[in-house]
Amino acid sequence: MQTLKQQIDALASGQTTSVALVTESLARIAAHNGTLNALITIDADKALAGAAAADAARAAGDTRPLLGVPLIHKDIFCHEGWKTSCGSKMLDNFIAPYSSQVAENCDAAGMVVIARANMDEFAMGSANENSFYGPVKNPWNTQTVPGGSSGGSAAAVAAGFSAVATGTDTGGSIRQPAAFCGITGIKPTYGIVSRYGMVAFASSLDQGGPMAHTAEDCALMLNVMAGFDERDSTSLEHAKEDYTRELNTPLAGLKIGLPREYFAEGLNADIAAAINAAVEQYKALGATIVDISLPNTKLAIPSYYVIAPAEASSNLSRFDGVRYGHRTAKTGSLDDMYEQTRAEGFGAEVKRRILTGAYVLSHGYYDAYYLQAQKIRRLIANDFQAAFEQCDVIMGPVTPTTAWNIGEKNADPIAVYLEDIYTLGVNLAGLPGMSVPVGLASNGLPIGLQIIGNYFSEAKMLGIAHQYQQVTDWHTKAPQL
Amino acid sequence: MKWEVVIGLEVHTQLTTKSKIFSAASTAFGAAPNTQTAVVDIALPGALPVMNRGAVERAIQFGLAIGAKVNRKSIFARKNYFYPDLPKGYQISQFELPVVEGGAITIQVQPAKGDPYEKVINLTRAHLEEDAGKSVHEDFHGASGIDLNRAGTPLLEIVSEPEMRSAAEAVAYAKALYSLVTWIGICDGNMQEGSFRCDVNVSVRPEGQAEFGTRREIKNLNSFKFIEQAIKYEVQWQIDEIESGRKIQQATILFDPDSGETRMMRSKEDAHDYRYFPDPDLPPLVISEEWVERVQRELPELPVAMQARFAEQYGLSAYDARTLTASKELAAFFEATVAAGADAKLAANWIMGDISATLNREEKTIADCPVSSDALAGLIKRISDNTINNKTAKDVLKKMWESGDAADVIIERDGLKQETDTGAIEAIVDAVLAANPKAIEEYRSGKEKALNALVGQVMKGSGGKANPGMALELLKKKVS
Repeated sequence: MQTLKQQIDALASGQTTSVALVTESLARIAAHNGTLNALITIDADKALAGAAAADAARAAGDTRPLLGVPLIHKDIFCHEGWKTSCGSKMLDNFIAPYSSQVAENCDAAGMVVIARANMDEFAMGSANENSFYGPVKNPWNTQTVPGGSSGGSAAAVAAGFSAVATGTDTGGSIRQPAAFCGITGIKPTYGIVSRYGMVAFASSLDQGGPMAHTAEDCALMLNVMAGFDERDSTSLEHAKEDYTRELNTPLAGLKIGLPREYFAEGLNADIAAAINAAVEQYKALGATIVDISLPNTKLAIPSYYVIAPAEASSNLSRFDGVRYGHRTAKTGSLDDMYEQTRAEGFGAEVKRRILTGAYVLSHGYYDAYYLQAQKIRRLIANDFQAAFEQCDVIMGPVTPTTAWNIGEKNADPIAVYLEDIYTLGVNLAGLPGMSVPVGLASNGLPIGLQIIGNYFSEAKMLGIAHQYQQVTDWHTKAPQL
Repeated sequence: MKWEVVIGLEVHTQLTTKSKIFSAASTAFGAAPNTQTAVVDIALPGALPVMNRGAVERAIQFGLAIGAKVNRKSIFARKNYFYPDLPKGYQISQFELPVVEGGAITIQVQPAKGDPYEKVINLTRAHLEEDAGKSVHEDFHGASGIDLNRAGTPLLEIVSEPEMRSAAEAVAYAKALYSLVTWIGICDGNMQEGSFRCDVNVSVRPEGQAEFGTRREIKNLNSFKFIEQAIKYEVQWQIDEIESGRKIQQATILFDPDSGETRMMRSKEDAHDYRYFPDPDLPPLVISEEWVERVQRELPELPVAMQARFAEQYGLSAYDARTLTASKELAAFFEATVAAGADAKLAANWIMGDISATLNREEKTIADCPVSSDALAGLIKRISDNTINNKTAKDVLKKMWESGDAADVIIERDGLKQETDTGAIEAIVDAVLAANPKAIEEYRSGKEKALNALVGQVMKGSGGKANPGMALELLKKKVS
C-alpha cells in the first residue's frame, strides 16, 4: 500500500510514472470494486490519457509535486465532463458542465482523476447504505458498512484504489468512514475549503476535506484543496498556509483535553481501550492530559437533525425535473410533475430529511425548532471555546461503535443518527476535526481517534497526528482483500 | 354608508446594475432565451450566490434619498416555493432584517374633484431580492418554455405604509416613487420591460372605523393607468360585496386590462407557507459607515431640494419649479439654458410650453431634443432684447427644430426682425383705424379692450414684424 508521499517521491525520482500508478490503480479497481462497490464512475481511458499527459509534462520539466498522482473524487464535487450523481437517481443523468473549486484545484496540481466515489445520497447517511448505486462494503469486512457519507472514498483509499480521495463532512462524513475503514481524514475549519461546485446538503455545515492513509498525506492534499474562493461567500479570507509546516513539531508540553461526555455510557469497550492506549502514547510523546467538559454534547444530535434537514429541504428544492436531472415519464399537471419526479428521484432517507426540514421551517414551528436549534448551536460552540481555554486540542472517539453490519440498522434511522454523537458538535461549531486510526477491535474492525482543534489549527492537528504515526503503525495496516 | 379606501403599495424596482444580484451574468433586456445565465441563475448543483455590491449601493442611495434608516447589518433569507421559473426552488430575498427601514415621500395629488394637495406617505421598508425567470406559453404546442435571462435580476422591493386613501393618491405615490428612483438613477424606469412593477393592497372600511378591512392584493401592475383602473374597479367591487352582505376574503388577484376587471389568482387558503429562513450561503450584509457616507456625498441634489432652490434662485413659482424638476434631464436642460444667458422665467415658459409640447407630440424626451439648451438660450435672448416678438419666436423655434440652425441665422435670413420704425408702423395703424370706426367709438365710450383686437390687424399688416406693445401704444395715442 503506497502513501501519497511515497507516490510523490517515486514520481519525482523517476522510479515510477503516472501511467504506471494509474495502471496499478485501475488493476486494483478491476479486481475489487465489484465486491466493494466503492465507485460510481470509472473512466480508464480518461485516466490513462491524463497520466500520459502528466508523464509528458514531467519529462518536459514540469515539477508540480502532485503531477500525475491518481485521485478519486467523492461524487459530490462537480467536475466538468464527469457525471456528478451525488449518489442519487435524481442526478444519474447529470454530466457536470462546470467544475467545483476543489476539482479545479486538483486539476491545477496536475492530479489525475481515475474515478468518482460512491456515497450516501446527497451525503445523507452514516453507513453508505443510502446510495442509488447500492451500498459500499467495508474492505475490512464486506459484511459491514464503510461508514458514510464519504464511504466510497474511505473504502477506495483503504482498498488501495488511490492513495488519496476527496470527501465532505457535514456531521462526520469524513471522520466516521475514515474511522470505520482505518484511514486518516480531516474536516477543516468551516470556510477553508471552497464549497463552490460542491453539491449542497446543509450549507452552513458542509466542508470538503482529504482522506488518505497518513496525516502527512492529508496535509499535502489539504494544501491543494484549501484556499480562499470569492465564488463562495462563506469562504474565509484566510492567508494561504502550508499544512505540512508543523508535521515535525515535537509534542512536549502539548495539553490534550479529554471531554468526559465522550467517554460516558454507550462507548464500546474496545474503542475506549484503544483511545486510552493512544492517549498513553501521547503522554509518552510529552503531552499532558486535562479533564474537560463539553456539557451540551447530547444536544448536538437534536440541534443538528433540525438545522441540517432544514437547510437540505431548501437546497434540494432545485431538483424539480425542470432543467436537468431526472424527470418523471408520467404526464400530468405541473404539481404532478414535481411530485412524481421527486417521488421517483429521491431515496427514503433524503425524503425523510426533506420532510423533517420543511416541517421545522414551517409557519408556527420555526421558533420552536429552527431558532431553538440555532441557540443550541451557539451553546455548543461556546462549550468548545471554554474547553480551548484549558487545552490545545481535544481528543476522543470518533464513533461509539465500530462498523455495523449492512442492513442491521435499516429499520431504525434514529439509531443511526445517535451514532453521530461525537462528530456533530465539530460541524455545528465550524471547528476542524480529524480521525486517526489507533487500533483494531476484537472483531477485527478499525478504530479511529478523533482530534478536534480550534479554528485554523489544522497544521497543528496534522502535526499531532503525524507524530503519533511516526511511533505507531496502525495507519499502515491494510485489509485483506 | 360612506366608505373609506385604504391602499398600500409594494413596488418592485429593477436596479440598474450591469450584472445580476448574485452572479456575473448580464441583466440586459431582450437577449435570446437562456443566454444570460450563470451557473447560479440556472441553479446547477453546487452553484453559490455572490452579492453584487452595486445592488447594495443602489439600495443605500434609495434609503438616503427618502430619509430612511440604512441598516448597517441586514440578512438575506430564502423564500421557498416551487415554480418552473424559480430555478432554485427559493427566492433569495430579505425578510426579518431589510436593508432599508422607514423613510417618507411627499406626493402631489390631483384628485378627480377639488384642488391639488400635498401629502406625506411613510414607507415601511425596502429590501433587496432577486427576480424570477419568465414562463413562455406561446410556441410550445401546449407546453411551457422557461427563459431564465431575468432570473437573478436585482430588485429593490419598496413597501409603503397603508396610508393612501384613493386611487389618485396611489397613482401620485407611484409617480413620485418612479420619479425618485429614476432621478437618483437606481432604476431605468422602463415600465414596458417590467423595470417598475406595483402590487397594490386594497381594502375598504366604513368611514370612522379604526381597524382596517380585509385586503386583497392586486399583483403586478406595470402602468399608472392600470393602477388607477384596477383600484377603482376593486374598490367598487369590495363595496358592492360588503353592501350585498358578503365578507371580503383575503386574496391575491390579477387585473385584466382588456376587461378592466380584477379576478382571483389565489385565496388565503392557497397561500404558500414560504418557510423563510436566513440563507446559509450568504453572510449578513454589513454596510460600513464609510460606505454610507460616500454614497451620501455622491447623491445628486434631490427633486425637493432642487424645487426650493429653483423658486429661490430663479424666482419661479412652486408649480414651475415642480414641473421643471419632473426629471433630472429636464432640470438640467433648464439650468443650462439659463446658464447660457436666457432669462429664467422665459426659459421656464418655453421649456414647459413649446419645447415640451413638441417633444410630446413627437414622442421624444428632453434628451433627444433637437434644439440644444444653448440654441434655446440664443432664441430667448432675441425675445428679451426685443429683436423678435413672442409670436415670431414660435415660428423661429419651429425652424430651429427642423433645420438645426441658430435663431440668429434664421432671423437674419428670413428678415424676421421686429419692426421698431415708428413711421412704418404708424402708416399701418392709420389704415387699420380707418377701416374700424366702430372699435374707435367703443374705445372712446370706455371699452378699453376694444383696441386690443386691432393690435392683431396691425401685426398682420406688418407681416408679424411689428412690436405688439408699440402697436397698442400708437393705436391709443391716435384715438385719444
